[in-house]
This record gives sequence, structure tokens and C-alpha cells, in this order.
Amino acid sequence: MAICALIVDDSSVMRKIVERSLRQAGLDLTKVFEAGNGAEALVVLQTNPVDLILCDINMPVMDGLEFIKQLPGVANAKGVPVVMITTEGSESHVVEALSHGARGYIRKPFTPEQVKEHVVPVLEGKS
Amino acid sequence: MKSANELLAGKGTHEAWTPLLEMATREVFELMLGCQLTIPAAAEEPIPEVTAMVGLAGQLCGVLSVRCDGKAAALMTSKMLGVELDKVGPEISDAIGEVCNMVAGNFKNKIAGLAEGCLLSPPTVITGSNYSLHCLAESPGLELRLLFERMPIVISLEIHS
Repeated sequence: MAICALIVDDSSVMRKIVERSLRQAGLDLTKVFEAGNGAEALVVLQTNPVDLILCDINMPVMDGLEFIKQLPGVANAKGVPVVMITTEGSESHVVEALSHGARGYIRKPFTPEQVKEHVVPVLEGKS
Repeated sequence: MKSANELLAGKGTHEAWTPLLEMATREVFELMLGCQLTIPAAAEEPIPEVTAMVGLAGQLCGVLSVRCDGKAAALMTSKMLGVELDKVGPEISDAIGEVCNMVAGNFKNKIAGLAEGCLLSPPTVITGSNYSLHCLAESPGLELRLLFERMPIVISLEIHS
């Protein structure tokens, strides 16, 4: 499955870990865009269509919840699945993220297998 | 599982959190760095060349810190990024900050009520060993001393309230 992904996290190390986990999950990443917060991610999406967005919640400038609230207004994000990846374990954050269209939720720390379990069904339209 | 308030209201409450802090730390190192932490035969104090701190606010107020020497910090970064040790550069602060953030998040998620009622600050990382940390907290904190690839690391939780 060849896909183009956008990884949003304020930690550059975590963005690399997420990318590696996606590759270990067997995804054929043709292009990976990175953004350090929601505002940067919206700028990336203005000119770059993607197939999958993985997004942290706690970030400076614009957090992940605000970012997914703004996604419906972005043409390149229409129908693109969003999976949240975060240390935040709050049930209210999970509910809020899902209510705004997130299709999955992965808690840090995670294994590549957990990333695969959450991301592959979303890409195959099973979740 | 006891709630944070029940634990805080009880006697010797903070000590009851030590196994949870250790479990939270071990899980982060096993899942994200692919290595097992071990218990040192004797207490070893690392030269604290890298210190990462994450603040907790809400039902539990305090600071969680991870400190280690530069070699341990570089090796953690190498394992997180999946690159050779000599390829590690300025990402060390980011990596250790993220380790501290994950330990803090994983720890609070293990205590009923804290996942919802406690927020984490972005990590702050100090590099260099010539500093003193003065904590004004009244209650005694928790401290774990573990070995990462035979190098000492210290995980501390200073509890303010």
C-alpha cells in the first residue's frame, strides 16, 4: 500500500520514530511530511495532499485537538484519516478527538505492532 | 485501583506510587528503546550531564525528572532514532525530553483520576552538570535509581501537592 503521510509532533525524534514504525508496519511511504504543531500542519496541507495524518495532542502554538477541528475546512484533508498519537491518557481528550473525526488513538509509549493495528485498518477503511 | 485523592489522603501515600513509577519507566524503555532496565547492586549517582523535567499540574502538582550522563543520553537517542551512536547529534535534548514526557504520561495514566485530572507541561532539558536544583516542595519525593545498559539513570518525582 503506497501512501503519503503527514506526521505532526513537536518532537522531531518522535516524528522519526512514528515514521519508522509506519515503515515497520509494512506501509510503503512514498512521501512523509513533518510538522511541529497544528498550525504548521495546516500550512503543509495547503499545498500537499496526503493519505494519512498522525498527530500528537499536546503541542505548542496549535494543539492536536484544535488542528483536527480545523481540518474540515482544508480541501486536501477531506476524507483523510487522522490517528492521534499522544502521551495524553485523558478519556475526555479521546472522546473529543474522536468526536472531531479522529479515526484512531495510540498512546505513547507504543510498539510498531500497535501502530500497525491502529493504522492499517483505518487505511483499508475498516475502522 | 485507588484514585489519586485516596492515595494522597492515606499514610505513606507517595511510597505506594514507587512501583507504578518504576513500571511506567520500564515500559517506556522496553517499548520505545527496546531495552530492559536493571536494578543496580549499589546506588550509583550519574554525572547529571543531561536532566529532563516535565511539570505536572492539577490533582497532582510536581516535577518529574530524568537525569543521566551524556553517554547514556546519547545511547538513548541512538536507540530511539535507530541510528548508530556516532550519528547522534543535537537531537539528544529532544529525545531525553520525550523520554521524560512519556514516563510522566505513562505514570499518571496508571493512577485512577490522574489521567483526567493532571496535565503535563512540555519538557525542559538542562545540559551540563554544574547546577543545583532547589525544590521547595514540603513532601518527600520519589526517586528511582536504575541502570540503562549498565549506566546509571535517576528518575525523580518531586511532589508539591
